[in-house]
Amino acid sequence: MNLWLIMIIAGAITYGLRLSFILLVGDREIPGDIKTGLYFVPPAVLTAIILPEVLYSGDELQLNFGNFRLIASIIAVLVAWKTKSPILTVAIGMIVLWVLLAFFV
Amino acid sequence: MRPQVSEFISGIKAVLPILIGVIPFGMIYGVLALDAGMLPVQAQAMSSIVFAGSSQFIATQLIGNSVFGFVIVFTIAVVNLRHLLYSASIAPYFINLSKKWEFFLAYFLTDEAYAVAIAHFRKLEKDLEAFNPGERIPKILNDRYTYKNFYYLGAGFGLWSIWQISTAAGIFLGAIIPESWSLDFTLALTLIALVVPTFDDRASLMAALVAGLISVFAYALPYKIGLVAAAFVGITVGVILKKRL
Repeated sequence: MNLWLIMIIAGAITYGLRLSFILLVGDREIPGDIKTGLYFVPPAVLTAIILPEVLYSGDELQLNFGNFRLIASIIAVLVAWKTKSPILTVAIGMIVLWVLLAFFV
Repeated sequence: MRPQVSEFISGIKAVLPILIGVIPFGMIYGVLALDAGMLPVQAQAMSSIVFAGSSQFIATQLIGNSVFGFVIVFTIAVVNLRHLLYSASIAPYFINLSKKWEFFLAYFLTDEAYAVAIAHFRKLEKDLEAFNPGERIPKILNDRYTYKNFYYLGAGFGLWSIWQISTAAGIFLGAIIPESWSLDFTLALTLIALVVPTFDDRASLMAALVAGLISVFAYALPYKIGLVAAAFVGITVGVILKKRL
């Protein structure tokens, strides 16, 4: 298959996935159980994205204090919890990571 | 300033920390795409036609290995399945918009724009719920809720622009930000900042923990299928707990 064709089909499918419910829901009322389910989409999906990102280095699970990203992330969770500020969370998380890298590598 | 404009700018500002992390990703994608044998124009076009980072990364791998076209399409589709969940989750906030707007906004529904927008929408709802029925809601809060689509658009468009620019930088300059700066980590950090406030009850926290753990243990599965499975189980756990409380 031609690479352009691959891109266009894959792009159309991706766009379709994004559009699907936005278009379908319209102004209909969403059934109760599904509404409850949607409430849990952000915590569930975002955590499922973040956790492997932090715990894996390449294909290897790094569950130890030699994993500086894990330490920086734990501190970032505390900062986010206390301040609810993305800027502070990112800034402190990066500083912790850079300091650990500077002193221990 | 018109509320539409100020909401648009707020959306851009909110996505800024994420953009720092997106730049190295975009550049690496540009480099990988050329390595895989794609033409510069194809590599660039993919960033706007598909516009989904992780699926583009996997696609370059498959293209480099000359995998069958339909396998590439299938892989991209499965890797992007989670966008269905984002679509369903964000749809209730767009119900008052015209079809034209819905078609337009859907294009920008990436992980990052979704995370930034949904956090903002939920906070607005909480702020609104703090008012008793009949109590006068300040105009600024009302405007922010009315024009929340502009906030989302700001986040989505900001991300889109940086994704295009960093792809081009990768294609023409190579990956010019040294890996040792670890700037990609700002992505995970921003998502942490956005997800932590959603742990506002026990059910949400459990949904997150279950989804996170399954995602870690299913990480080796192909097509990022572990992510989708983890999300579904986590959501189900959340619903069950919520009903029992």
